[in-house]
Amino acid sequence: MSDVLLEAKNITMQFGGLKAVDSLAFKIHKGQLAGLIGPNGAGKTTVFNMLTGVYQPTEGEVILEGQSIKGLKPFQISQRGIARTFQNIRLFKKLSVLDNVLIATHQHVKYSLLNSLLLTKSFTESEKNQKEKAMDLLKIFSLESKANELSSSLPYGQQRKLEIVRALATDPKIILLDEPAAGMNHSETHQLMDTIAKIREDFKLTVLLIEHDMKLVMGICENIFVLDHGMKIEEGQPAKIQNSKKVIEAYLGIEEA
Amino acid sequence: MQDFVQHLINGISLGSIYALIALGYTMVYGILKMINFAHSDVYMVGAFASYYVARWLGIDSNPSIGTLIILLLTSMFFCSLLGLLIERLAYRPLRNSPKLNILITAIGVSLFLEYGGQVVFGADPKVFPDVMKDFVLFSGAGIELTSFDITVLIVSILAMFALDFLIYKTKLGKAMRAVSSNPSVASLMGVNPDRIISFTFIVGSALAGVGSVLVGMKYPKIDPLMGMMIGLKAFVAAVLGGIGSISGAVLGALIMGLSEEMVVAYLSSTYRDALAFGILIVILIFKPAGILGKYSVEKV
Repeated sequence: MSDVLLEAKNITMQFGGLKAVDSLAFKIHKGQLAGLIGPNGAGKTTVFNMLTGVYQPTEGEVILEGQSIKGLKPFQISQRGIARTFQNIRLFKKLSVLDNVLIATHQHVKYSLLNSLLLTKSFTESEKNQKEKAMDLLKIFSLESKANELSSSLPYGQQRKLEIVRALATDPKIILLDEPAAGMNHSETHQLMDTIAKIREDFKLTVLLIEHDMKLVMGICENIFVLDHGMKIEEGQPAKIQNSKKVIEAYLGIEEA
Repeated sequence: MQDFVQHLINGISLGSIYALIALGYTMVYGILKMINFAHSDVYMVGAFASYYVARWLGIDSNPSIGTLIILLLTSMFFCSLLGLLIERLAYRPLRNSPKLNILITAIGVSLFLEYGGQVVFGADPKVFPDVMKDFVLFSGAGIELTSFDITVLIVSILAMFALDFLIYKTKLGKAMRAVSSNPSVASLMGVNPDRIISFTFIVGSALAGVGSVLVGMKYPKIDPLMGMMIGLKAFVAAVLGGIGSISGAVLGALIMGLSEEMVVAYLSSTYRDALAFGILIVILIFKPAGILGKYSVEKV
């Protein structure tokens, strides 16, 4: 199909004798909201690391818009349009909220060092545009009032949101969210679901998320991949996943007769 | 009292030269968490580069502001080039090896430059060309401001403002701070860490280049081992202020410069180097991370 945005072609990640991910294949269509679930240690984050270039798959390759991203460095993949957030928050702690976002927007800015040292018009204008764009993004997550605070001084929930803002600021085609609701309470999770749906609509984004909160996953994902011991054991719509015997066994174990 | 003010001026002038060199140590540490021991020898090469270029252009006979600018640019250019080369050839291949390996390599590069310099430039000291005339600009109330002191101050302050602007106002500076904070995440945000690291070496080395011309102007005797002592003191200044911190390096360097000047003035010049390290020991007892350094506490 032509509208496949991201495709994993039998990607395998081997750490010494351990196969963390074993010839995993999946397709994500443009505009889709897909979920990746599985018990702890199933290899979900490893998949994210392979998609973003942190790890190079030992076998197989990842295709983005028909082009292989094999062998590319993380920053090159980010420039091609894959953005991510982290399971454990990894903001630039010593930088302000705004600067965190600006770093991500800057990869698309082209002005030379000379321009900035001479304070030319193209420098000042481009800086102004970046700043406006960053503030607009912060506004979506109601973080604009904290723009000049240190990112590490934000409460936990807002740090998670800032990670999403920072990922959005790279102008991605697809955003990978690694447990966006981890550590959030019920109402926060609910709010987050709405925001994810909204940004997907507004930015025409494709989303792949890892999540343990089944209510969230089943509530918003259109297509779900279930991973267990590095292998895909099931794929389909929420209803199918909920009733799948294999999935239930993977989470709860096999019932002994 | 007049003496004191005079010493104060001299101390600040010396301190700002230390600061230019200390900034290179602290920037590289901030981004790579390594001490670039070869930094002081980059500074030495800068002095020799401007020595040879000045002789080649024949501008050593006619000192003027133009001479100063040409020599500053020359020295900055050659230092940046050398800094870039060192990073590419010696440090980058070791990027993922244990920190100790890089540290030992840095000592090796430093020795290579010091003794390689003796082979290429000769071990005997050379006289740095006249950069500008030293004359008294202002004299009154027993205080003398010479053109050298003012030049050193103006040039180093300009260099530091440029650095401050670069780090806090430009996208390169933001990328530098991002890489320093977390290289792998910066990469995932589209920043090429290798490029930023190269750039850090270029900027740090260029500042050392500025320092080398200013020192050459004030103390016009250069030799291949000239970087050792000043490098050590600049390093102490960086640690004193809190290594990795830009403002800390400047503060530490000013403390070093002032206290050295005061010791020479009121005690004995024999103790000037002993004092530098004495201060370091005392401050590190009470503030182990340096004056402006922060403890990084891992949250568990």
